[in-house]
Amino acid sequence: MRNDLRSRNHRCFWAFLVHRVSGVALSVFLPLHFWVLGQALEGAGRLESFLRWTDHPLVKLSEIGLVLLLAAHLSGGLRLLLLEFRPWPAAPRWQQGALALTAGVSAAFGLLFALNVL
Amino acid sequence: MDLLRVKIWRGGESGGFATYDVPRQGDQTVLDVVTYIQRQLEPSLAYRFACRVGMCGSCAMTVNGVARWTCRTHVAKVEIDGGLEIAPLRNLPVIKDLVADMREFFGKWKKARGHFVATATRRDEFARISPETPQRKAADAAIECIGCGVCYASCDTVSWNPEYLGPAALNRAWTLFNDVRDGARAERLQDVAGDAGCQGCHTHLSCGERCPKRLQPTAAIAGLKRATALAAMRGKL
Amino acid sequence: MSARREALLWLAQRASAMLLAACVLLHLATMVYAVRSGLSAAAILGRTGGNLAWAAAYATFVLAVAVHAPLGLRSVCTEWFGWRGRAWDAAFLGFGLLLALAGWRAVWGVFQ
Repeated sequence: MRNDLRSRNHRCFWAFLVHRVSGVALSVFLPLHFWVLGQALEGAGRLESFLRWTDHPLVKLSEIGLVLLLAAHLSGGLRLLLLEFRPWPAAPRWQQGALALTAGVSAAFGLLFALNVL
Repeated sequence: MDLLRVKIWRGGESGGFATYDVPRQGDQTVLDVVTYIQRQLEPSLAYRFACRVGMCGSCAMTVNGVARWTCRTHVAKVEIDGGLEIAPLRNLPVIKDLVADMREFFGKWKKARGHFVATATRRDEFARISPETPQRKAADAAIECIGCGVCYASCDTVSWNPEYLGPAALNRAWTLFNDVRDGARAERLQDVAGDAGCQGCHTHLSCGERCPKRLQPTAAIAGLKRATALAAMRGKL
Repeated sequence: MSARREALLWLAQRASAMLLAACVLLHLATMVYAVRSGLSAAAILGRTGGNLAWAAAYATFVLAVAVHAPLGLRSVCTEWFGWRGRAWDAAFLGFGLLLALAGWRAVWGVFQ
């Protein structure tokens, strides 16, 4: 028998889920991103016409989402690297601080980007 | 009389919950509740316990969805609106009622070479290990495991990757890896490397979250990750 | 796959992650700065065209992500969908190569 959310419902598990989902989403987005930038090979005009499409508010909104995902994957990833490469004691009080910090850093980047792009 | 509404898993892999009313008492533990049901209401109820004081690691069950040692879990801490739901440990086959089949769990300890390999005999001098060495400190932090299976039952990597050795076995391997008297440290590193071993861990930290002894198997597994990767780089794996 | 190879893949994913941490930080800062007065092809290409330091940094970024992403997807797919075995490993390797080539092509596109 498997566990349900009652067992999984703790902060570090949610952090894992955010990391995994953001990683998958970014992996799916990357080939698209590369393809668009590759348009520049066919002249600045091609790239420009695509960039005008990104002026659409819905596109801008999803751009903010992508920045949030990237910032979350970055800060969450740094936390995981600390967990794996820095030996830590049995009662890690810094965990909760680290989680709060990752959330804060992601939100800050998302907000900064949003303020600039909108 | 104040009553506790207790749902208990009956049957094997397939089965269902049966409900019993149990009188509430002060300082009652979950194990007390199960024992009351077995002695007063349902003599055929199967469950496992031995010491009742948090040493033997045999009474772990899933209480309201969360794996716990039942002998040291007070009802007052876990009941929800006067109700308890008690099931066998997850991630393990069910034998009957609240008894999970632990063979897989302990089999993986064996696979992880979870036993001490002596290099000295009784005629040798006592080994002198300074408590200040990093190895001794690392072993110390992980040594108090009672083998209850709570971490194994709580681990999603175990659910998603049935070959995965699990937090307890890897934690044990880490204490032995740090025991300078042990004679099979290189072989053990071989046994715990790879996706079925320490590299399979994704640091959910559910093991540490649920461990009744407040150990952090994730920290031990991280140590093994570093040690195995280093050995692999040096061609010693 | 041998345990040794799996341990090395784990290390490759973490090493690429450390590299990515620096690259992504740079990328986030660049993005926040670049969108301040709206995106235009002229402005982007004006910054990147012929800029060797920029191209080198982003070529490294692409390499790191081409190592990191397929290994991450491999874990997700084996655990959540049961996609394991040699054929799947080959598919993830292919995805990594595709990312590297498409990424470098894009870097070249905005550099030249």
